[in-house]
Amino acid sequence: MDATIAIRGLTVVRGGREVLHGVDLEIAPGRVTGLLGPSGSGKTTLMRSIVGAQVVAGGSVEVLGLPAGSPALRARVGYQTQAPSVYVDLTVAENLACFAAIVDVGRARVEQTLATVGLAGHERRLAGTLSGGELARLSLAAALLNGPDVLVLDEPTVGLDPVLRRSLWQTFHALADAGTTVLVSSHVMDEAERCDDLLLLREGRVLAAGTPDELRAGTRAANLGAAFLALVDKAEERS
Amino acid sequence: MSPSRTGATALRVLRQLRHDPRTVVLLLAVPCVLQVLVHELFRDRPQVFQSLGVPLLGLFPFVAMFIVTSITMLRERVSGTLERLLTTPIARSDLLVGYGVAFAVVAAAQATLVSLVSFGLLGLESDYRVAVVALAIANAVLGMSLGLFASAFARTEFQAVQFMPAFVLPQILLCGLLVPRDEMAGWLQALSALLPLTYAYDALARLASDDLGARFRLDVAVVLGATVLALVLGAATLRRRTP
Repeated sequence: MDATIAIRGLTVVRGGREVLHGVDLEIAPGRVTGLLGPSGSGKTTLMRSIVGAQVVAGGSVEVLGLPAGSPALRARVGYQTQAPSVYVDLTVAENLACFAAIVDVGRARVEQTLATVGLAGHERRLAGTLSGGELARLSLAAALLNGPDVLVLDEPTVGLDPVLRRSLWQTFHALADAGTTVLVSSHVMDEAERCDDLLLLREGRVLAAGTPDELRAGTRAANLGAAFLALVDKAEERS
Repeated sequence: MSPSRTGATALRVLRQLRHDPRTVVLLLAVPCVLQVLVHELFRDRPQVFQSLGVPLLGLFPFVAMFIVTSITMLRERVSGTLERLLTTPIARSDLLVGYGVAFAVVAAAQATLVSLVSFGLLGLESDYRVAVVALAIANAVLGMSLGLFASAFARTEFQAVQFMPAFVLPQILLCGLLVPRDEMAGWLQALSALLPLTYAYDALARLASDDLGARFRLDVAVVLGATVLALVLGAATLRRRTP
């Protein structure tokens, strides 16, 4: 099957520094793909390029067969930024009412999404009074509202308690089973085990791509953290 | 452009204000207090208040909406909500017009209240009270458009606040309120002819002196034209792709 996201030779310069150096990758449809790498490796820049928010210096990014950022994609791609991008001076319900009107979905869908992220019953709370984790989930809810074909989530589980993290990962897999392509970034290696596919990013380059099993087998490492280190060592030997 | 997305933006901005009652009270009360101060300042020279009262009434919303909009827009840029909005199907015109509608509603409330105080309590006189309030609203939308445009050049809230003296004060100094324009040095006159507030002030002054000729209509046209121009420039600063 054709890749949902196909990136060729993507180069991005930010603040006079090249942060992505000719990245090539493909992301398969209907799977949860983890974009793993240390902070500063270019994960957010890559995600911004996929949603069409990033000025790119070279290369091509195609999403669902269209150039990233095409007007037709705006209704089909959901994006959660790393910092919770919701209005802290509005209530939970008012935030989602605003985003629901923009993506043209109704009340029933808002309630369903609130339940998905575990915020049902908090509708009347001011977003500014939510805990960090709750705020992150509200931001996630805004990205889920229109049931997009492609979900791009920048570190959606950071700082959440383990029970909630597990339930969010279950949500991601349920969405993928229903056909959504889910791209999730994380700098926490133990989250890599929960992904169908992995992309390891380091210093603006894709270090490795494959399923968790393939990466472990390829490096004969016991876990993905060790596999990542082995891949880094191998890359440095080569250079 | 979509009416429902424009409406959702306007409703959202108004709801944000509603959750900030102190700002609402300040927006409504400060112009009234200032108007009372001006009235008291010229207590022994009521003709000064008669000539200043109408222009001031029409200029308060311009200043207030410039500040409120530049800060609100900066917060949208910094918090990431603007980036999120621009990855959704919302049109930039939905955002801009939504903002315009919301702040026009606030300006209408503000101008109505100041006009009630000025005409009702302070004895200001004008045959064109409705037109004064209407011009005040137009000036508010002009202030909003300029604030929106200016916010693109601020990286921090400190900078955005400094844009008030930088963008607004020179326009107030040169618009003719303090010194009639024909008494200014030539280059100042030329400069003031380039500033939109000059025309906003002139229209209000002509309303106050019952001089509604071709020049008045030109003034109003310039205010509306400058608003559209600032909105178009503002739209150009809302980039879907950023570095």
